[in-house]
Amino acid sequence: MALAAAKQEATATRLEALSLPEGATWAKAARQDALGRVRAMGLPTRRDEYWKYTNPATLVQAEAPAACLFDADESPIFGQIDRLRIVFVDGVFDAYASDDLALAGVTIERLAEAGATDIHWARDIYGAFEARGQTPVARPFAALNTAFASDGLLIRASGKAAMPVSVEYLHRSETSDAILHHVIRVEEGAELTLLENGPAAARFNKVMEVDVADGASFHHVRAQGRDHERRAATHVFARLGAESTFKSFTLTVNGVLTRNEVVVELTGDNAVAHVAGAAVGDGDFHHDDTVFVTHDAVACESRQVFKKVLRNGATGVFQGKILVKKDAQKTDGYQISQSLMLDDNAQFLAKPELEIYADDVACSHGSTSGAIDEDALFYLRSRGVPEGQAQDLLVLAFLAEAIDEIDDPAISADILSRLDGWLQRHHS
Amino acid sequence: MLNINNLHVKLQEEDKAILKGVDLTVEDGQVHAIMGPNGSGKSTLSYVLAGRDGYEVTEGSAELDGVDLLALDPEERAAAGLFLAFQYPVEIPGVGNMTFLRTAVNAQRKARGEEEMSSTDFLKTIRAKAKSLQIDAEMLKRPVNVGFSGGEKKRNEILQMAMLEPKMCILDETDSGLDVDAMKLVAEGVNALRSAGRSFLVITHYQRLLDHIRPDVVHIMADGRIVKTGGPDLALEVETSGYVGMVEEVA
Repeated sequence: MALAAAKQEATATRLEALSLPEGATWAKAARQDALGRVRAMGLPTRRDEYWKYTNPATLVQAEAPAACLFDADESPIFGQIDRLRIVFVDGVFDAYASDDLALAGVTIERLAEAGATDIHWARDIYGAFEARGQTPVARPFAALNTAFASDGLLIRASGKAAMPVSVEYLHRSETSDAILHHVIRVEEGAELTLLENGPAAARFNKVMEVDVADGASFHHVRAQGRDHERRAATHVFARLGAESTFKSFTLTVNGVLTRNEVVVELTGDNAVAHVAGAAVGDGDFHHDDTVFVTHDAVACESRQVFKKVLRNGATGVFQGKILVKKDAQKTDGYQISQSLMLDDNAQFLAKPELEIYADDVACSHGSTSGAIDEDALFYLRSRGVPEGQAQDLLVLAFLAEAIDEIDDPAISADILSRLDGWLQRHHS
Repeated sequence: MLNINNLHVKLQEEDKAILKGVDLTVEDGQVHAIMGPNGSGKSTLSYVLAGRDGYEVTEGSAELDGVDLLALDPEERAAAGLFLAFQYPVEIPGVGNMTFLRTAVNAQRKARGEEEMSSTDFLKTIRAKAKSLQIDAEMLKRPVNVGFSGGEKKRNEILQMAMLEPKMCILDETDSGLDVDAMKLVAEGVNALRSAGRSFLVITHYQRLLDHIRPDVVHIMADGRIVKTGGPDLALEVETSGYVGMVEEVA
């Protein structure tokens, strides 16, 4: 089908501003294929069903809209956690600020430097998971990323990683436009935790493809925060083998436009996938979680837990789907999306979907939006807890189900302190 | 301690008068009971004193040791020493009972300009007090009142009272939903707190709670007023002859 002229033009304008990166010749074919996909799909407009609730215009336009730098004296998140630290500044690797890319049980390379050879383990994954994720719903920004990613990490865990790999995305230029692409493979029985944090860039396009082999376990915790004017479109494409575990949690505070897409495919029996998010926003905050979980094996479990706290005109979007294929019997699927509106001006748009072809499954989903429970608020105040503090307690209680998805108590404590800081700064 | 003067209150939304001139004085260290039929305004009185939204005071005053309660926010009333044991304690999923109590204790201390309680002291104190109310460690860890039985909720109210050490305690139908053993336990908890500097206002439908918490003064409330005041015998009179006679007497 021919694309509408306007869409074609917008896509062409954007593509003209970019050029295919050199290096990593093994990825060349994947990049070219991806470019073909972008051209065929076209970059999205508001009229695309999948972008009905989030206007992609500023993600499509050739130049990244400027984003002010936020200067806070708070200590960086995950700073107290024993980790291997890797730093990107506006999407550019910072060797000086990063630790050596050496960790027992794990090999870490940079996409931009991963050899001119034609053979690399990441070759089977790079762009391949993204391409699979284009059906049944198009994700043009992910294909754009595969084609043009300037750098990223290729992480392969063959044993139990000695400590988490932590990627920090610093933002120093008000007009930076960053495209990063990570490929992660957790080998059979191996374990890896990946932490991500930081505002990244004025505009950030990030793809992460994750291959979780049989019996492997991958934990992902990210904190997107600070610089409010930043925009981001991120994708996670994960494929899970038998008996494997995939857990991803995202905290989002601030941000005029964040679209986080997570596409999970459960391909081996008894795999477990949990995807969770806590988002808090004020004013022109716009946050979109778009999740697609496919059950394609027997007795797998998936959970989607998304909570948003909105005030003062902030908008939250949730599009979540569980697709259970014909042979995926004994599927246990759960999906909840909830918003807590701190005033009458906030907006929450939710599109929960189930599509089930197997006949022996347990799937439940729910979506709610509501205000602070006045009875609970009065109860707390009647015990002497000041109104603001009582409200904060109730907000954190509302988010608890999502935060509980983080397994490591030190990491969840860090996430909680971040939330606490935001609540302190955003009292009415 | 507590001075209520000609208190008139209406429901904000319905323009309906509930309290029509309540006069009540509770001296230091005294236990007063308020009894009365359904709809007489007993619970409204407790909510208005604690500062719940939805009521409008149209006339009169309520003072705690000379402090105008009605001008204060609920948390300020608590810090001033007022405590309401709820008839229906609220469940708060996601907020741990222990966290809640510690936050409350320290918020009140802070409001009064006192030093916060250290976590060691807090733990020691709460464990001792929980034990005497037969509240186990598991209950302290659970979210506030979530999944608690009726009796556990009421015991939890008394535990909060014991931790916060208020000077004026209002118990709103604390006996409702309790079996005899649970009621005894709650009454023992209350009696343990009785002291010269602490007063109680016990709101109840039935005389039986007053067998365990012996009041100094008993009031009968009907149609938004205190219609009769007497000694503990008045409660026995209610038990044998009901409210009908008393309410008509003054009507």
